[in-house]
Amino acid sequence: MVNLIIDGKNVTAQKDTMVLEAARSAGVNIPTLCAHEAISRSGSCRLCVVEVKKGNRTRIVTSCLYPVEEGLIVDTRSERVQNVRRLVLELLLARCPKSEVLQKLAADLGVDPHPRFVPDTDKGKCILCRSCVRVCEEVVGVSAIGMSSRGSHKTVGPPFKEASSVCIGCGACVYVCPTGHIVMQSTGDKRKIWRRTFKMQACEKCGKYFAPVDQLKFISKKTGTPYKELAVCTECR
Amino acid sequence: MTNVSEIRKKTKLIVKKYSGDKSALIAVLQDIQEAFNYLPKDALATAAKALGIPVSRVYEVATFYTAFSLKPRGEHVVKICMGTACHVRGAAAIQDKMERTLCIKPGETTPDRKFSLETVNCVGACALGPVVVINTEYHGQMTMAKVDKIIGKLKEGGAQS
Repeated sequence: MVNLIIDGKNVTAQKDTMVLEAARSAGVNIPTLCAHEAISRSGSCRLCVVEVKKGNRTRIVTSCLYPVEEGLIVDTRSERVQNVRRLVLELLLARCPKSEVLQKLAADLGVDPHPRFVPDTDKGKCILCRSCVRVCEEVVGVSAIGMSSRGSHKTVGPPFKEASSVCIGCGACVYVCPTGHIVMQSTGDKRKIWRRTFKMQACEKCGKYFAPVDQLKFISKKTGTPYKELAVCTECR
Repeated sequence: MTNVSEIRKKTKLIVKKYSGDKSALIAVLQDIQEAFNYLPKDALATAAKALGIPVSRVYEVATFYTAFSLKPRGEHVVKICMGTACHVRGAAAIQDKMERTLCIKPGETTPDRKFSLETVNCVGACALGPVVVINTEYHGQMTMAKVDKIIGKLKEGGAQS
């Protein structure tokens, strides 16, 4: 066990846990966008910054990737931290001015409502945190989507910007997306995502459309469960 | 145009050269570009499969580096250096002249597929600025007159001097 101080509170945490988790278990809230329990950490949204003090040195670090240390003094809401966080949010908002999540966070953190940066109009709500790419690779295991290009042209999507042949239409990327950039349209027996339309399977008992056929086929192949068994929705099982 | 089966065959041979090693992806892509002058979609898909990497990952790498082109390019690829040293020595004027001579903008290819024009950020030959690289040949201390001379020679179909 490691002892540290977070916002003046003595906190004990297991070795190798991150400052973010230690803070949360001590009831200290740190805003985050890209830290999701289902996927590995990337530290890409930069919102979880905190000030850590070791000896006489303090520095700004991303708490989601900074492991706890004995005697560490963490300040999650010092003026310096708040300024960094506000700047990060201003930049994120300049990229995605339409994102409600970012707008709300900006209001909560007291970001000046008059933008300093010229807002982008063509980036949607994507902050390029790569969470969707990670979940597709690490959890789903199909890697249907990825980033393309770089710099200001960087976008997320299936390769060649066309319907992916390996996507199973599970919607995990929609689930982890912190800003609601990825759109999935479900209309009865069809589901549209990433430029592809998926046929939905109707539950053999209640008749409700509950999952894409491709996803059930994928699960069936991976687990060896016969498709017939999977064609029943979780509520009727 | 090279047909699909030929692209696949050549790509498989290239991957084999690196014994299917995943970490050789960039080298594989460079060799594919060398073979076809650009990265054909079928080649990327074949390489991904042979290396055991998702196509989405291969596409990420292929679009990340500006040295890779996913569009077919001309027989001669003209790269104008826009690095700081070349820029102050008048690369913009050379670019303008090149655009008018070839009648294309950077990123485009002439309709006869002879020339492609690209701008690059530094070719590491700053002392020779402004530099134009055509295929693998470096042309230093470029002038408007030299543009006409070099392009004229290539248009005639003769070998580069």
